[in-house]
Amino acid sequence: MTLAIVSALTWLAMGLMPGDPLDLAMLADPALTAADVERLRALHGLDRPLHRRYLAWAGAVLRGEFGFSRLYAVPAAAVLWPALGGTLVLVGSALVIAGVLGTALGVLAAARPRRIAPLVDALAVLMQSTPTFWLGIMLIIIFAVTLGWLPAGGTAERGQNPLPFLVLPVATLAAANMAAYLRHAMAGMQGELGRDYIRTARMKGLPERAVIWRHAFPNAAIPVVTIAALDAGALVSGALVTETIFARPGMGKLIYDAVMGNDYNLALLGLLLAALVTMLATLAADIIQRLIDPRVRAV
Amino acid sequence: MRLGLGLALLGLLAGGALAAPLVQAWLGHDPFAPDLFSRYAPPSAAHPLGTDDLGRDLLLRLLHGARVSLAVGLAVALGATLLGTGIGLLAAWRGGWADAVLMRIADGMLSLPALPLLVVLAAVDTGRFGLPRGEALSDIARITAILVIFGWVGVARLARAAALRELTQDYVAAARVAGATETRVLLRHVLPNIVSPITVATALAVAGAILAESTLSFLGLGIQPPAPSWGNMLSNAQEMVFSAPLVAVWPGVAILLAVTGCTLVADGLRQRRA
Repeated sequence: MTLAIVSALTWLAMGLMPGDPLDLAMLADPALTAADVERLRALHGLDRPLHRRYLAWAGAVLRGEFGFSRLYAVPAAAVLWPALGGTLVLVGSALVIAGVLGTALGVLAAARPRRIAPLVDALAVLMQSTPTFWLGIMLIIIFAVTLGWLPAGGTAERGQNPLPFLVLPVATLAAANMAAYLRHAMAGMQGELGRDYIRTARMKGLPERAVIWRHAFPNAAIPVVTIAALDAGALVSGALVTETIFARPGMGKLIYDAVMGNDYNLALLGLLLAALVTMLATLAADIIQRLIDPRVRAV
Repeated sequence: MRLGLGLALLGLLAGGALAAPLVQAWLGHDPFAPDLFSRYAPPSAAHPLGTDDLGRDLLLRLLHGARVSLAVGLAVALGATLLGTGIGLLAAWRGGWADAVLMRIADGMLSLPALPLLVVLAAVDTGRFGLPRGEALSDIARITAILVIFGWVGVARLARAAALRELTQDYVAAARVAGATETRVLLRHVLPNIVSPITVATALAVAGAILAESTLSFLGLGIQPPAPSWGNMLSNAQEMVFSAPLVAVWPGVAILLAVTGCTLVADGLRQRRA
């Protein structure tokens, strides 16, 4: 249902964008005459109104035909898979780092309210306020241009070690995503640590580590799981800004180029996939919440 | 403490934005006219922060950019607050079917991949609706409208939660018994009591809008040059990184300060309430 609405709205928006594929074809080939254009328009169905074209497309997708990419002149799915691989590596590692490090720091801050909490709090505000693209540029200036330790962007050529190329983009993306985990883990833990069952656990003589991780953390983890689910959509929709700055191929850049180049089939396929994964992840988050929190199950 | 610090930061930036014409008269440059003989000039008395890739004064562009970026931020927050509060109140008051539909829409918006959709929306050719494109004012209006579409959700959820709590209070029942119309109950009795959570959401909306505007402008879909915005001042950063790294620093610092200011104000308001 949601998928249908998303795809219809995207189709409408793309139809409202300047130019259509044939305008671009005319620019590319001056020999094309007005008669040719009309013939091609009819051939590709571009003379039909928007909603008719949308229905035709949706019917084809339901039959498993995703059409051809206009920009790359191959089936849309064939362009998608390599980009998806690049994005999974980049966004996947960044999200794991952001989630684990952010949650750990947040828990640590809640456990040490005097000394560490204010620092972590300030860090979270700063990270939340830093524009991703600017952070990426600053990291390039510092580590690639000034110090020369790491490549400024791009991907490894055959035979090169791919890891150095990943460091800066992953760091940028992880920093951008970490603030949410930090803030929620910290707030959740601060709320839990003041409760009676924590005092009971401490009174039993449990080591502080067990009190924090076995008792308090599972109760504070629910918002963290929810954010992780919302972020998971980015595994497919990509990280447009980071990919642009570091010149890495990926879904974000692919969808952006497809939108800009009037490549309906490719853009819609990418967006649909992203929306689908986000919804599945949200569903998974609901299920995980039920597993870790019996209170949710009871309701 | 936080509230004060945040307000001071925002005040500083707003003051800079207002003072842009004064500084311009004092320095005597035109921030919109390229001067190719002084590209990437280092900071000097004539150009306190140096010049950009087209030889335009950076400080002046930064201050004029503040006008654009802060205007978009405030306009979006205003629109999102009005729309969000209205929808939140309506959902809480009607309950049932209307509530379910409105909140499912809100959930749906939250679970969508925001940036790709923003890109699609920002690329829509407003010329087809007879609106001019490419002028600074119409760009601001276009970006504001797009960001309001995504910005109302946060406000609406908070407003609904707060309104639901207030609607069960005795004073609401008392007002109804006294013969107040439903409109009067909502606007005169419930609304004043949910203002404080809404202001928190508004402050966060300003922060989000400034970030989103700068990102879209950075990608070339927001405010179009020659009008400066903090985002589009960085749009050819790739090239600046090697030739003039300092040029790339300032717009980001401005965004950072503005968003930090809003976040601090939101946190401060929340703490004061708690």
